Amino acid sequence: MEKMVNIFLFGKKYEVPENLTIMTAMEYAGYQLVRGCGCRNGFCGACATIYRIKGDKELKACLACQTKVEDNMYIATLPFFPLVKEGYDIENIPTNESVMMQLYPEIYACIGCNACTKSCTQGLNVMQYIAYAQRGDFEKCAEESFDCVMCGVCSSRCPAGISHPQVAMLARRINGKYLAPGCGHLEDRVKEINNGDFKELIEALMEKPIEEMKELYNNRDIEK
Amino acid sequence: MYSEKFQKSIALVEAAREKNIALEPDRMTAKQKEDLLAAFHPDYKKDEFRELKIGPNAGEKVPTELAEILQAHSRITADCVDLESPDYETDVLIIGGGGAGTSAAIEADNAGAKVMIVTKLRMGDANTMMAEGGIQAADKPNDSPAIHFVDAFGGGHFAAKRELLSQLVCNAPGAIQWLSNLGVEFDKTEDGTMVTTHGGGTSRKRMHAAKDYSGAEIMRTLRDEVLNRNIPVVDFTAAIELILDEDGKACGAVLMNMETKELMVAKAKTVIIATGGAGRMHYQGFPTSNHYGATADGLVLGYRAGAKLLYAETLQYHPTGVAYPEQIFGALVTEKVRSLGAKLVNVNGDVFMHPLETRDVSAASIIRECSERGNGVDTGDGLGVWLDTPMIEAIGGEGTIMKRIPAMWRMFEKYGIDIRKEPILVYPTLHYQNGGLDINADCMTTNVENLYVAGEAVGGIHGKNRLMGNSLLDIIVFGRIAGQSAGAKCKEVTVGKMTLDHIAKFESEIEKAGIETQKVSPMLLPDYTRKNK
Repeated sequence: MEKMVNIFLFGKKYEVPENLTIMTAMEYAGYQLVRGCGCRNGFCGACATIYRIKGDKELKACLACQTKVEDNMYIATLPFFPLVKEGYDIENIPTNESVMMQLYPEIYACIGCNACTKSCTQGLNVMQYIAYAQRGDFEKCAEESFDCVMCGVCSSRCPAGISHPQVAMLARRINGKYLAPGCGHLEDRVKEINNGDFKELIEALMEKPIEEMKELYNNRDIEK
Repeated sequence: MYSEKFQKSIALVEAAREKNIALEPDRMTAKQKEDLLAAFHPDYKKDEFRELKIGPNAGEKVPTELAEILQAHSRITADCVDLESPDYETDVLIIGGGGAGTSAAIEADNAGAKVMIVTKLRMGDANTMMAEGGIQAADKPNDSPAIHFVDAFGGGHFAAKRELLSQLVCNAPGAIQWLSNLGVEFDKTEDGTMVTTHGGGTSRKRMHAAKDYSGAEIMRTLRDEVLNRNIPVVDFTAAIELILDEDGKACGAVLMNMETKELMVAKAKTVIIATGGAGRMHYQGFPTSNHYGATADGLVLGYRAGAKLLYAETLQYHPTGVAYPEQIFGALVTEKVRSLGAKLVNVNGDVFMHPLETRDVSAASIIRECSERGNGVDTGDGLGVWLDTPMIEAIGGEGTIMKRIPAMWRMFEKYGIDIRKEPILVYPTLHYQNGGLDINADCMTTNVENLYVAGEAVGGIHGKNRLMGNSLLDIIVFGRIAGQSAGAKCKEVTVGKMTLDHIAKFESEIEKAGIETQKVSPMLLPDYTRKNK
């Protein structure tokens, strides 16, 4: 017999097996999820959830698909949070801190409370990546924020109204497009293809009888 | 930390680690692979398949669960909606908001078309988001699109449509460049050289990655770009039937709000199906690495409207799904773990295969190890084999795991397993729909005009098995082509009278064939509530 625990979904009590995640516990309780459920594997950020263990002062945040239930867990899902996403033309934007002043000036109103970091479902140092964004160090902001799944919990806890995941998104795109080193071998190869350098080789493969293709495949040399 | 019952086997794995790292296991011969697949791969289990009685592929076999939804009733009849007063009118209607749908949207927008995306969950709730390991492109000097072609063609059992495969490999470097220009952060060395590794069945190291968030990094960037362009995205809205004109050309879809169930009509000049895969069909009872909405909707929509399927009988079981702990059972353990040096080890601590055979061969080999050979580890919920992750740190140096596969570390760390120090238990999981709707090189279906398909809903690009890293590639390459083609084609289309006559026609075929079923499709979402377990 599996061990059961009591959980409270939006305040209502359900008894569920202790080995379930919050997400599967909701399904066990009878919820057919539409919102608040995406990849079920910790990558998409759809299932942001806040909870408090009875008697505990601390409000915790997690992804429902990645967190086991606990006894006396009070659970509220946060399937949508109104993050601010500013539009911009990636082909035509400044690549220093002025872009942040223009699009997300509220980051400069950060009061350093660190509630974002404490609430991050991925355990990221959110306040630190916002600090990097403030001073235009987008490479560091990109690195520090890379594992963000954009669930929005940080933003829900922010007294300054910052939409941290969108700030980081902008920083990563600027870093990826403008600041990271260019790739010579990629540019060369695209040019060669556009120049038709592989046309004959490919055309030969298009015509080759299956038996010859098998020969080619089974005897190809494999890079160590 | 593993409980007592695993410790004996872990001790054997640890004792053999040094020897196993040095070992270079033989690759299987063509004949060995053939025999292994026939005996142990799920695609070869004849009693798990059923012959289709109606539709364009009547007489062909597909997985039983797929046959049931392909030959099911529509969710509606023609009189449920008023086609004369559409709720939405657009040039290009894109069904699906994953990697293929968003790529198509960006390119159709570039072509000057009016574009709209409908998606039954949120934009980005897609298998793209979960792709971990990487994306292939032959952009290194020792590589070429031709070598990439041979790898993929052989890996797919020489069954790929060559005109599609040549598009895939020749447009691959361009796809990487396109993504880079949008701001996707690929792993590079300081001089800009791409950090590339092997995948199963590749003969050159051409796997590009963004740590082990490759798909997430691509998906969030594409999503951001769609939003920047103000392309309308109607989320939590599923397409439940295609609409055809009186000549049988696609010209829109009936939509359903997933929450209120309200029906709506979208009219369009061209339609792109980018609905993704089918892992949540749980073929043969397998767990899946797929996202919540992977229920083969596009195949159902297309098939009922008369579009042909290709290779729908072939599925990909990813060799390394999580076998333990149960909370993440079936979740993906990226192939990159093996690319970085981890080997597959049985209960006795023995390496039983080369770690980078193609996925179908690797999956069959693990199933054989756990069944016929009796060398699996009992997890309490089933069987698994070890994937010896500490080898990665031993080979690549301390810190390699946090730098290259942080998502894998995080996934197991939540359950008290440190993959830097302890091996993990894996077993095949349902991962990818190799087959799908049959298209030409411009992404239009072979027999329904103005209906385009991109991404996992396409059949034929990879043949009967797909290599790692060719799926992230195909959603970009064919998503872009579909967007360009549909975006150009819409300029010469005048939509005729819209009809849903195909629903009644299909219904009468169901009756004529004597198919008795209560099922309606598309399925849209699986039901995991307890009453249905």
